[in-house]
Amino acid sequence: MRWRPLSVLRMLFVFLFVFPVYWTIASSFAPEASLFEVPPIVPTQLTLNHYRALFDQRQFWLPMRNSLVVSTAATLLAIVAGTLAAYALTRLKFRGRSLLLAGVLAVSMLPQVSLVPPLYLALRATHLIDTYTGLVLPYLSFALPLSIWLLVGYFRQLPPELEDAALIDGASRVQSLWHIILPLAWPGIATAAILTFLYCWNEFIFALSFTLGPERQTAPVAIALFRGRYQVPWGQILAAAVVTTLPIVAVVVAFERRIVEGLTAGAMKG
Amino acid sequence: MTTSPRAATADHADAHLARWLLLPALGVIAAVVGFPLCWMVWESLHLHDLRMPWLGRPFIGLANYRDAMVDPRFRTALTHTVLFVIVSVTLELVGGLVLALAMRQATRGRAALRVLILLPWAIPTAASALVWRFLFDSQAGLVNEVLVTAHLLHAPQVWLVDPVLAWIPIVAADVWKTTPFVALLLLAGLQNIDQSLYDAARIDGARPWRELVEITLPLLKPAIVVALAFRALDAFRVFDLIYVLTGGGPGTATESVSLYTFSALLQKLRFGYASALSVIVFAATFGLGLIYIRVSGGHLLSVER
Repeated sequence: MRWRPLSVLRMLFVFLFVFPVYWTIASSFAPEASLFEVPPIVPTQLTLNHYRALFDQRQFWLPMRNSLVVSTAATLLAIVAGTLAAYALTRLKFRGRSLLLAGVLAVSMLPQVSLVPPLYLALRATHLIDTYTGLVLPYLSFALPLSIWLLVGYFRQLPPELEDAALIDGASRVQSLWHIILPLAWPGIATAAILTFLYCWNEFIFALSFTLGPERQTAPVAIALFRGRYQVPWGQILAAAVVTTLPIVAVVVAFERRIVEGLTAGAMKG
Repeated sequence: MTTSPRAATADHADAHLARWLLLPALGVIAAVVGFPLCWMVWESLHLHDLRMPWLGRPFIGLANYRDAMVDPRFRTALTHTVLFVIVSVTLELVGGLVLALAMRQATRGRAALRVLILLPWAIPTAASALVWRFLFDSQAGLVNEVLVTAHLLHAPQVWLVDPVLAWIPIVAADVWKTTPFVALLLLAGLQNIDQSLYDAARIDGARPWRELVEITLPLLKPAIVVALAFRALDAFRVFDLIYVLTGGGPGTATESVSLYTFSALLQKLRFGYASALSVIVFAATFGLGLIYIRVSGGHLLSVER
């Protein structure tokens, strides 16, 4: 092998990227006192105290539940509406398709903070502050363009011949969408759903702005607002970071290939 | 193009169906994006301060925008943001390229490698920001420990109270989080390069360095442009990372435009002014986006395959 240095480099990179993850997990199981000592690389003492405190005292299951409800609802709505829209944008002929697609792209470039002032006023006027609906609707502002964008990329790759054959045989567009396109496209739809879910799970600024307390706060906001009485409760914060990330790790491990395809296709395929 | 009456009817039916299929998506986008954006522009032309409701909501034209232009805190935040974009995106592109080249050579354990490098990207930013705050913590932090033990520092450094040093954990966290993402985009680009080009270069006796400069980089340019644009847009909007890591502090030393807009909004409750700031941030992002579409040759928007 001529490129020997690359494998050394690869090891170094893996170490750099993985070590903080390892360190977080190890520290979340370390007794509070030992967090402030010279840290051994391999923890000598393990404790579940931080995790216990997290769920017993801080009721961290609440924000986890909220994250799950809001992310799932937003993802489902975005994928259903997104699939219909993406089918129309890729398979049906009508004027203004390119313009619509450009609009979707423009919306996905929007800085989230720009939407906070008007959405806040709108949600306040409709009494939706601190409700699930009041989070799901704002989430759709990024989840829907994202899923349309990913699905358009995927639908374009499906061979049009299959559908043409069905149409010539007298099937209607709706029948062909249901019986031909959806069964073919489900891997792409699943990929779009996974990525949309990840983006919803990680969302921060809307959840921070449009909730008032732990009853409706999502997990990322809940950990960011952790405070201790006397000092920073590092043990619990790290345990919370681990718990918040666990569902994501499960998704990544299970769908690693799809996520990579979805991420790169969205950016690469013209 | 000649169309038979039948095809014309089919096209008409298509257009009709398209309207119905697009209705839910466009309705939602109009409700949660279009309408709020228009409201925001309207709001930005008014004096609307929730702390002073007795002032009402008088129309003041472009006064909010004039204020923003001379607002030293906004200008500083803008400078911070631009510098952050330049430094972090440069590091991420270079790191991502190296990582992508290293991954291309990997033969064994590719799936495991992909999971490992996807993790930093997939971890919620709020969580990773806290992890980096922990690593750079003055007492419990590993960074101080390592630097002092290696005699690179005499005494533990209090990173987060120094206006300049506080940027180091922010940039480090951002680079850690998004370099893998850039690497994946570039790796996809690398895999599209025809292997025979390298074979030919090798027969001609090209050194690895010249292969990189004369084959890899020129052919990878489209992927690099895409990665650059994605990252620049994202980094320009940076919010959660800084909000959680430093809160914009010490003082306002690490405040980004998103953070300043947010604080004008929810801490000072100056809705009119915050809306004007939002319009400016939106216009800047949109401008960056247009440049990106132009540079990428507009192919992203073509409907034909």
